[in-house]
Amino acid sequence: MNVALNLVAVKTIIRKEIVRVLRIWIQTIVPPAITMTLYFVIFGNLIGKRIGSMDGFDYMQYIAPGLIMMSVITNSYGNVVSSFFGAKFTRHIEEMLVAPMSNASIIIGHVAGGVLRGLLVGTLVTVIALFFTRLDIAHPFIMISVVLLSSIVFSLAGFINAIFATKFDDISIVPTFVLTPLTYLGGVFYTISLLPPFWQSVSKANPILYMVNAFRYGILGKSDIDIGHAYVILFVFIVVLFTACVQLMRRGIGIRE
Amino acid sequence: MKALSIKNLTKVYANGNQALKGIDLSVNAGDFYALLGPNGAGKTTAIGIISSLVNKTGGEVEIFGHSIDTDLEAAKSCIGLVPQEVNLNLWDTVGNIVTNQAGYYGIGGKSARLRVEKYLQALRLWDRRNDIARSLSGGMKRRLMIARALVHEPKLLILDEPTAGVDIEIRRWMWGFLKDINEAGTTIILTTHYLEEAESLCRDIAIIDEGLIIEDAKMSTVLRKLQREVFVLSLATEISTAPVLDGFKARLRNNCELEVEKGPDRDINDLFDQLSAREIKVVSLRNKANRLEELFMRLVKNKQSPSGGTE
Repeated sequence: MNVALNLVAVKTIIRKEIVRVLRIWIQTIVPPAITMTLYFVIFGNLIGKRIGSMDGFDYMQYIAPGLIMMSVITNSYGNVVSSFFGAKFTRHIEEMLVAPMSNASIIIGHVAGGVLRGLLVGTLVTVIALFFTRLDIAHPFIMISVVLLSSIVFSLAGFINAIFATKFDDISIVPTFVLTPLTYLGGVFYTISLLPPFWQSVSKANPILYMVNAFRYGILGKSDIDIGHAYVILFVFIVVLFTACVQLMRRGIGIRE
Repeated sequence: MKALSIKNLTKVYANGNQALKGIDLSVNAGDFYALLGPNGAGKTTAIGIISSLVNKTGGEVEIFGHSIDTDLEAAKSCIGLVPQEVNLNLWDTVGNIVTNQAGYYGIGGKSARLRVEKYLQALRLWDRRNDIARSLSGGMKRRLMIARALVHEPKLLILDEPTAGVDIEIRRWMWGFLKDINEAGTTIILTTHYLEEAESLCRDIAIIDEGLIIEDAKMSTVLRKLQREVFVLSLATEISTAPVLDGFKARLRNNCELEVEKGPDRDINDLFDQLSAREIKVVSLRNKANRLEELFMRLVKNKQSPSGGTE
């Protein structure tokens, strides 16, 4: 494999993705900022005052890490699935398929684009959160590594969704029926210690729970789960999803006849 | 050196359609090669396999000696593709589209900028470099696809109906441009429905029909196979009946136009001698149909008719 060629190719895809995100900023950056502001106002400020404290923190402080992680997850996923499926739909994906860059470079370039949008929106939501509450970062390395790895996981998942998608409906099914429920049930708004033992066990089968809690641990220093488990889950997901992406690309599923 | 070598290439789609039934093709480096065939004959499938957009079912493809099975990266580096359908990112700018394509081939920085300017200038699109592709006319989009295919300076340029829907002025200009890059050393494979285009540009020709190559030879050799030609003669003075000519069939189209069918054993001088003897003056002469078009129709028709009969 020609490493220099692939490095330039990956940089090109990343640049293309950044240009795309900034070109349609009204679709990519503004909506999550508005949505999260509403979450902070309604759940944090209005309802949160009546809820009181959660796991030793005031409710606004407790949900802030979860909401930041939620925006990172949905934007990383959404960026890759819409960009790659859009390229398939208008067939300009052929520009990349005829070129000598490796399949891994195509995947890495798009995943990097998803991560950058996820982190950009995550940073914006963090700034918004700081208008409503105080966030002292307990473990900066854990916070940064968890958000980065989670963003990679969901960018890879978005890539697989885009590979299989044949129409625009297909790129909204997973976010609507899988991602959103798992995120809401993933400890963004509550600690699972409030749940009966059976539902606590069920919740532990939700990978997003580990990501949200590990990120919350990075900021607040409190978590429902073992942080080591979160890292294992993140690395396993990254390896499995990346391998799946490479295999699907190699076989041309959804992209080559 | 072979620019392209295809052996026993087959393609069966998931729906069972056998698009290619074992074709062999060989294109020499530096050639200007026409690949013709009716709609659905397998041309685009063959091009798709050569350029890695379609998975083959069987057979071998080598591009400048690089197998697409074992040396795909090198094989891809040799090819520039101008597809039949517009496949541009219509929301991106003209400049970005060509710059990105350079990047996908590992060409970045100043080198990419210089090449982008060179090919956008050559394709007369430099002034539109900051416009989004969606705002371009059909002919400009075609030229943008050519600039995009050339930016990595491929040794083999494949054009799948590049002048479809392009007005005559731009088409003629594109012919000149393609001739120039061929003379500069780029091997070109062209598919087109404009057989005049293939006849005037290409030195070699293959005709594909129903997934099989039914003709593969020099253009001149193929055209010599034409057994008869029909000419339309514009006459200087009106005549009321068609003259009887030895060895030619003549028919009056109208008082000023004569249609003459010439067999393979006759030449045009003979025709003019006979007309002069009858004091019929000819102002101009043209082929009734494009020669290649006539041959193409005959070959395809022959194949379809079990008796092999012609018109």
